[in-house]
Amino acid sequence: MAVLRADRAIPDSVVRHRLDGETALRYLLIGLFGLFLYLFVLYPMSKVLWRSLLNNDGAFIGAANYVRYFSTPAIAASITNSLYVSVVAMVVTVCLAFVYAYALTRTLTPWRGPFRVVAMLPIFAPSLVQGIAFVYIFGNNGIWTRLTDINIGVYGAKGIIMAEVFYCFPHAMLILIAALTATDARLYDAAAALGASKLKTFFTVTLPGVKYGLMSACFVVFTLVITDFGAPKVIGGKFSVMATEIYNQVIGQQNFTMGATVSVVLLVPALVAFVVDRLIQRRQYALVSSSAKPLEPRKNPLAEWGLFAYCALIAGSIAAIYLVILVVSLVDRWPYRLAFTLKHYAFDTVGGYSPLLNSVYVSALTAVVGTAVAFLGAYLVEKWRTRARAPLYALSLLPVSIPGMVLGLAYIFTFNVSGSILNRLYGTLAILVISNLIHYFTVPFLTATTSLKQMDAEFENVGASMGVPFYKTFWRVTVPIALPSIISISMYLFLNAMVTLSAVVFLVAPGTELAAVAVLLMDDAGDTAQAAAMSVLIIAVGLIVRFVYWLLMRGVTRRTQAWTQTAPDQAAVMGTGSLK
Amino acid sequence: MTATAPRPPAVELDGIAKKFGEVVALKSVSLSVGEGEFVCFLGPSGCGKTTLIRIIAGLELQNAGVVRMGGPDVSALPPSERNYGIVFQSYALFPNLTVARNVAYGLETRRTPRAEIERRVDELLDLVHLRPHKGRYPAQLSGGEQQRVALARALAPSPSLLLLDEPLSALDARVRQSLRLEIKALQRRLGITTIMVTHDQEEALTMADRIVVMNHGVVEQIGSPFEIYTEPSSLFVARFVGHMNFIPATACERPGWVRVGSVELRHRPGPTPPPGSRLTLAIRPEEILIGPAARDGENRIVTRVCAMQFLGAFTRLGLALPGESRPTLECDVAVNALAEVGVREGAELPLVLKPEALRLFPDGG
Ligand SMILES: Nc1ncnc2c1ncn2[C@@H]1O[C@H](COP(=O)(O)OP(=O)(O)OP(=O)(O)O)[C@@H](O)[C@H]1O
Ligand SMILES: [Mg+2]
Repeated sequence: MAVLRADRAIPDSVVRHRLDGETALRYLLIGLFGLFLYLFVLYPMSKVLWRSLLNNDGAFIGAANYVRYFSTPAIAASITNSLYVSVVAMVVTVCLAFVYAYALTRTLTPWRGPFRVVAMLPIFAPSLVQGIAFVYIFGNNGIWTRLTDINIGVYGAKGIIMAEVFYCFPHAMLILIAALTATDARLYDAAAALGASKLKTFFTVTLPGVKYGLMSACFVVFTLVITDFGAPKVIGGKFSVMATEIYNQVIGQQNFTMGATVSVVLLVPALVAFVVDRLIQRRQYALVSSSAKPLEPRKNPLAEWGLFAYCALIAGSIAAIYLVILVVSLVDRWPYRLAFTLKHYAFDTVGGYSPLLNSVYVSALTAVVGTAVAFLGAYLVEKWRTRARAPLYALSLLPVSIPGMVLGLAYIFTFNVSGSILNRLYGTLAILVISNLIHYFTVPFLTATTSLKQMDAEFENVGASMGVPFYKTFWRVTVPIALPSIISISMYLFLNAMVTLSAVVFLVAPGTELAAVAVLLMDDAGDTAQAAAMSVLIIAVGLIVRFVYWLLMRGVTRRTQAWTQTAPDQAAVMGTGSLK
Repeated sequence: MTATAPRPPAVELDGIAKKFGEVVALKSVSLSVGEGEFVCFLGPSGCGKTTLIRIIAGLELQNAGVVRMGGPDVSALPPSERNYGIVFQSYALFPNLTVARNVAYGLETRRTPRAEIERRVDELLDLVHLRPHKGRYPAQLSGGEQQRVALARALAPSPSLLLLDEPLSALDARVRQSLRLEIKALQRRLGITTIMVTHDQEEALTMADRIVVMNHGVVEQIGSPFEIYTEPSSLFVARFVGHMNFIPATACERPGWVRVGSVELRHRPGPTPPPGSRLTLAIRPEEILIGPAARDGENRIVTRVCAMQFLGAFTRLGLALPGESRPTLECDVAVNALAEVGVREGAELPLVLKPEALRLFPDGG
C-alpha cells in the first residue's frame, strides 16, 4: 500500500479490500451462475460442434460431414427449403401484421381491443396446432377440399408457410405496435405544415419512423420460422426443412453426427439474424426523444371501414383456425359423423392426462426457477462490474440464437452419456425444466437487466454504508421494485414452456411426456382428433394462466400505486417479440 | 497518560491516486479533516471530487495511497466497516419504503429493539422537520423533502462521518438556499465531521469550515473560505472562486512594480518576478476604489466607462484602461454611491487599485 510520491507513475493495480463474508458470497454466486451457464449452454454447444466433426464411430474426420451434407442433394435441399419458407413467411407475415398494427395504433378503426386480443391467440398454441388445423381445412379430406373440390396441395411449402404466418403473426404485430406507438406527433404537425400529402407523409415520416421496428419484426419472424419444427413436421409432408432434417437424422436414422452437422449449419442464420437485430435495436433507442408528443389518431371513416374489414378478415381467420380445432376435438369423426362427444379427451394412446399434468408441472417449475435464475443472474451481472461481466452477459444472450432442436440434441450429447454424473439428469423432468429455461433464457435476462438498469445504482451502496448486507437490500428493495418485471418474466417462461416442442422433443422419456410432444405423437399415429383435443387443453391452460397473471399484475399495480407515479410499461420493457 | 496527545484527524488521505483505464482521475491527493469539521471539495466538473469521496467511502478502489479514519488505516476495509453515512446526488431513497422505513433502514439490522428504532426515527424526522410526512412514500415528497429524508437516513445509525455528494444540485435555487443553512445548522448541532462535494463555489463559501479546491485530480488549495477568497494561491483558484478582474501585465525593473499598458502599478508585496516576464494581475470588482477614495493615492488611474450593467443592489461598470477602447476591468458600485460619483457611460472615471488588493500570478499558472 505504497504512498504515491507525486513524480511516480500511478500503478495499474488497485488497493483491494479485505475479503469479507459478503464479498465472498457475491463471488460464490457469480461463480455458480457462470458454472450454470457453462454447464447448460457453452459445454453442450461445444459438444454439438465437436460431434459434427466426428464420424459415427467417434473418429475425427474434420469437415467430411459438412462435405457430405452439402453434396447429398436430398439433405442439402433442406437448406434452400428452410431459407425459402422462412423468407416468404417473413415477408407475408410482416406485411400483414404491419397493416393490422397500423389499424390498431394509428386509426380509430372500431373494435381495436378485441382485434388485438384475437390476434394474440397463436401465442398460446404450439406451432404444430396451426399445421393440424390447415390439414383439417385444406388437406385431402379437409372442409375446403370437400366443399369446393379444389385441392390446393397443402402438404409442403405452401402449408408450412400458411401455418407459420399464423404462428408468427402476433410476434410481428407486437413489435410493430410498439414501433408505431413510439412516435412524435410533432413530426406529423411539421409535415402537415409543410403541405405534404398523406401519401408523402406516410413515406417520409411514418415508414422511416418504424424502419427499425420493421427490421426487428423481420428478423424475429425469420428466426421463428427457420427454427420451427412443429409446423413443418405435421404439414410439410416430403418437403424437408433443416429442423425436420435434424429430427429425421436423429430419430429416424439414428445418425447423430449428421444431426449435429445440420444443427451447426442451422445455427448460422439464427446467429446472424440475432446479431444484426441486436445492432439495429441499439440504434433504435435514440429515435424518439423523451419530449415526444403522442400521436392522436384522427377520424377518417373511409379508411376506418376498409381497415375494419381487413382486420375482421384476419382476426376471423385466426379465430376460425382455433374454432376448427375445437370442433374437431368435440365431434365423433370429422367430417363424417358430427355428433358431440368427449371421447377424444380420453387420450388413450399417450397415457391419459399425465402429459398435460407434466407440462403444467414443468412449465410452473420453469417459471419459478427460470425467473429466479434470470433475475439473479441479471442482478449479479448488472450490479457487480467484475471481470466476469462481459463473458456472463454474452453467454446469457447466446441461448436466443440457439434453435430448440439444436439445444435438445446438444443435451442428448451432454447428458445421455453413460458413466457421467450428468447422466443422472437424463430422462428426468429436471432436464426438461432446464432445457426450457435455457431455451427461453435471453428475453427474461434482458428484461431483468432493463428493469435493474432503471433503478438507482446506489441502493446497495446506501445499504453498505449502513452495514446492511447486499442480499437484504436485494430482497427488501430491488425485488419489490422489480416485481412487475418479475411477474411478466415468469408468465413468459410459463407460456413458452407450455407450448414448446423443439427443445424437448429429444428429451422426453417414458414417464416424462409433455403435452406438446403428445400432440405430435398422436398426430403421427393418425389420432388427429385426440391431437386437436390436447391442443385445446394446452390453449385453455395458457389462457387461464394468462388471466391469473392479469389479476396478479393488477393487484401488484394497485399495491404499488402509492410509490410509483407511473407504472412501468411492461410491453416496452419486454422488448421485441417477447411479450406473451 | 499524556492528556495533551493531539487527537488524530477524523479523515486523513495520503497520496491518493486513481485512474480509470488511461484516464487519471486523481493524482496524489493528500489532506486531513479534523474532528467535527465541515470540509467542502470544490472544483469544476470532472475534476475528481466524486471519485475522491467514493474512495473515502470505500465504494471505489484507489490505485495508490492510504485512507485513515480517526487514526487507523481503513484502506482495506469494505464500505460496511467504515462507519459513515452518505447522501448521494440522486438521494437513492428506496421508493417502495415509507419515509419512516427509509430512515429506519440502517437501524433494523443492528438488533435494535423496535421501540428504540421508532424513537430514533421520530427523533431524526423531528431534526429535519418531516415528522408529519412519516407515512408517505418518497415519490410523494418534494425534492427538498426527499433530500432531508436522505440526510436523516444517513444520520440514523449515528455515523462518525457524513459524506455528501452534491446534495443540493438537483434542487431549485430557493430551496437550495434554505437547505444550505439547515444542513449547516444540523452539522453544527450534531458536531459530526462532514465532507461535502460541490461545484458551486457560493455553496462551499457559505457552508464549509475549510475548502479543498481541486482541479484535474490535484488539490489546488486548502483553506478557510476567507483564505480561499482573499488569498487564492493560484490563477485557477482565483478564477474559480468569486468574481475577479484579470489584467495582463509585465514585470518592471523596479521590484514590486508592474507595467500595464502605459502605466506602472505597484502590486502586493511578494516574490519579485524577473523583469520583463509576463504576469497576470488579479483584483476583485469590489476592491476597486472610486469617488472620494480615488481622489489621490498610489496606483491611481483614469479609466473610461464603457458599459453599465444594473444588477439590483449594485451596478457593474465595464471600464477601459488608459489607451484602450475595450473594457478590461469590472467594478461593482452600490446604487447610492453611483449617484454620488456621477458615473455616466462614456465619461472618465478615476480609480485607485490598492497595492494590497493587486494579486500577482505568473502567466498561465
Ligand atoms: N467509472 C468510471 N470509469 C471511467 N472514468 C471515470 C469513472 N468515474 C469517473 N471517471 C472519470 O474520472 C474523472 C473524475 O470524475 P468524477 O466523477 O470524480 O468528477 P467530479 O469532480 O465528481 O465531476 P462532477 O462535478 O461532474 O460530478 C472524470 O474525467 C470522469 O470521466
Ligand atoms: Mg461528481
